[in-house]
Amino acid sequence: MPTEVLRAPLVVEFPFTRSLGPVQSAFLTGLRERTVLGVKTKDGRTLVPPVEYDPVTADEIRDLVEVGATGTVTTWAWNHEPRRGQPLDTPFAWVLVRLDGADTALLHALDAPGPDEVRTGMRVRIRWAAERTGAITDIACFEAYEGAVGGEVGPHDGEFSDLVTGIVAHARLDYTYAPGRAQTAYINALSDQKTVGERCPSCHKVYVPPRGACPTCGVATTERVEVGPRGTVTTYCIVNIKAKNLDIEVPYVYAHIALDGADLALHARIAGIPYDQVRMGLRVEPVWTEGGRFPDHYRPTGEPDAAYDTYKELV
Amino acid sequence: MPSAKPSARPSVMRPVRDIAIVAFGQTDHLRSTDELSEVEMLMPVLHQVLAATGLKTSDIGFTCSGSSDYLAGRAFSFTMALDGVGAWPPISESHVEMDGAWALYEAWTKLLTGEADTALVYSYGKSSPGSVRDVLTRQLDPYYVAPLWPDSVALAALQAQALIDAGDADEPALAGVAARSRQDASANSHAQLRGSVAQGDYVVRPLRTGDCPPIGDGAAAVILAAGERARDLCERPAWIRGIDHRVEAHSLGVRDLTDSPSSRLAAERAGAFERPVDTAELHAPFTSQEVVLRKALKLGADVAVNPSGGALAANPVMAAGLIRLGEAAARIHRGESDRALAHATSGPCLQQNLVAVLEGDS
Repeated sequence: MPTEVLRAPLVVEFPFTRSLGPVQSAFLTGLRERTVLGVKTKDGRTLVPPVEYDPVTADEIRDLVEVGATGTVTTWAWNHEPRRGQPLDTPFAWVLVRLDGADTALLHALDAPGPDEVRTGMRVRIRWAAERTGAITDIACFEAYEGAVGGEVGPHDGEFSDLVTGIVAHARLDYTYAPGRAQTAYINALSDQKTVGERCPSCHKVYVPPRGACPTCGVATTERVEVGPRGTVTTYCIVNIKAKNLDIEVPYVYAHIALDGADLALHARIAGIPYDQVRMGLRVEPVWTEGGRFPDHYRPTGEPDAAYDTYKELV
Repeated sequence: MPSAKPSARPSVMRPVRDIAIVAFGQTDHLRSTDELSEVEMLMPVLHQVLAATGLKTSDIGFTCSGSSDYLAGRAFSFTMALDGVGAWPPISESHVEMDGAWALYEAWTKLLTGEADTALVYSYGKSSPGSVRDVLTRQLDPYYVAPLWPDSVALAALQAQALIDAGDADEPALAGVAARSRQDASANSHAQLRGSVAQGDYVVRPLRTGDCPPIGDGAAAVILAAGERARDLCERPAWIRGIDHRVEAHSLGVRDLTDSPSSRLAAERAGAFERPVDTAELHAPFTSQEVVLRKALKLGADVAVNPSGGALAANPVMAAGLIRLGEAAARIHRGESDRALAHATSGPCLQQNLVAVLEGDS
């Protein structure tokens, strides 16, 4: 039973708004001002980038110190094919850099002509981004540095004007969505204006839309069954809030519809009847718009209402 | 009253009940399974372990799964996967957004309470719909690290270079780990990469294609049972003598990347160091990580490490750790091992580690 597998691009994209605590706020504001801050633990280590709690003791830590904008590479990896979102779009080295005055290392990119120009122990300095907003990307990257240990190292009060208190973390992931065997068959049938479900070989219920498994018996559903096109409203609600970008006047009715021959109700909009006349038991049929890949809505067939006993198991 | 003085040496947790892995099943791991939805991929594996024990879904006391929506980009995908279990009438069920090894840990604790005698644990992952290197960046620190989009190979490469700098490995040694793993996988019909595989070009230097795991889709399931129930269901149960998991600081720059103290501590708490093991199934997706783990877990040359081929032969993300537990148990079931260590990891550069010690009746 080979089926043409459906595929479609799927982009999942979201901006997370994150608030910063006092330590992260000082650190990221500092970057905006070309100042690198670390935090001192009670046993005297300086953590850069700084955290609010000691990773060893879990003590709350707040004592900020300024460290250098120069440092030493502690390990590296040559990235000859930069990927989307990474700091540089030309080949670069990922590096962990222990900044002068710090006891821990910061992850970032190192701009270098090639892997032969990078080694553990090499001296580097921060190349600042031209436009800085209070984010880790205010460090554009690191670059090789031949000079002496530089930068002010010492206590810092963390006071800046116009503190950065939050960041927006953008995320975007690209997928190719493939719905699998059962849903592919369902979607393909819809393009012929047919609705197909699948029957469980064990309990004989017909599921629509089919997902390939009977959720009651936990076995594969494989026998394809055409259902509908007519069906019965088993329950419904009246929607009074207009959804963004949805060109449908409120109020409208959204209903569960048990298609004839199906043992599970699917949901769809009801139209062609005043919203306050929709009722349980109403007999409906799908309405397709030209070129539509699924029913736009369902409308009354004019048949007498179905008796409650005929659909009570599906409510 | 002050509590008892803590001993200088961490104590080994003794399970209050004998609990064993009594069945294990896995899919053939493939680069892509477009023709199957997640539940369609998973269901045959569930049926496999149920058939092996003769149990029906309704006999299972507790069900626990591991997966991540980020892999396939499908929201609440674990609820869809539940269709494959048969969750009606209602069952006792839980899910972890982690590798199934951690779902097994939860199921083990559930059985320890005595509230259930059997448990079904499963996990699955489809990496083929997206780019797993990019997807895994979303588990990183969102303030300082994730905005730089360092992919999973890049982070592993930083760890590999640290090992090389420390003199713990060199590129030929890493290539040797790759070759041995894929050679061992020749005997594993489920593995994705088997036999001779070219070491290839650098992906992120110093790691080459051969140092990295294949990207693929797959699922796995095990059944746990307690006490006499385990003996009824399996001729030679793989008894879980100890299991523990530990985590390290998330910031890579705080950690010594050449060591895995969390693995060592988990192993100690699981009792791994009390007597030698003959087998170790290590969840080391990158060759360099096997070097770190062998050292941290004090595994000698006489231990069969990853006879299944390990994650270098098949790495269905979210299932690969559970598969290590399953492979170790299966060797005990078959009488090929008497005492095995199983390890699972999660997060960048071995951030989180779980270790279990499994034994067969002698």
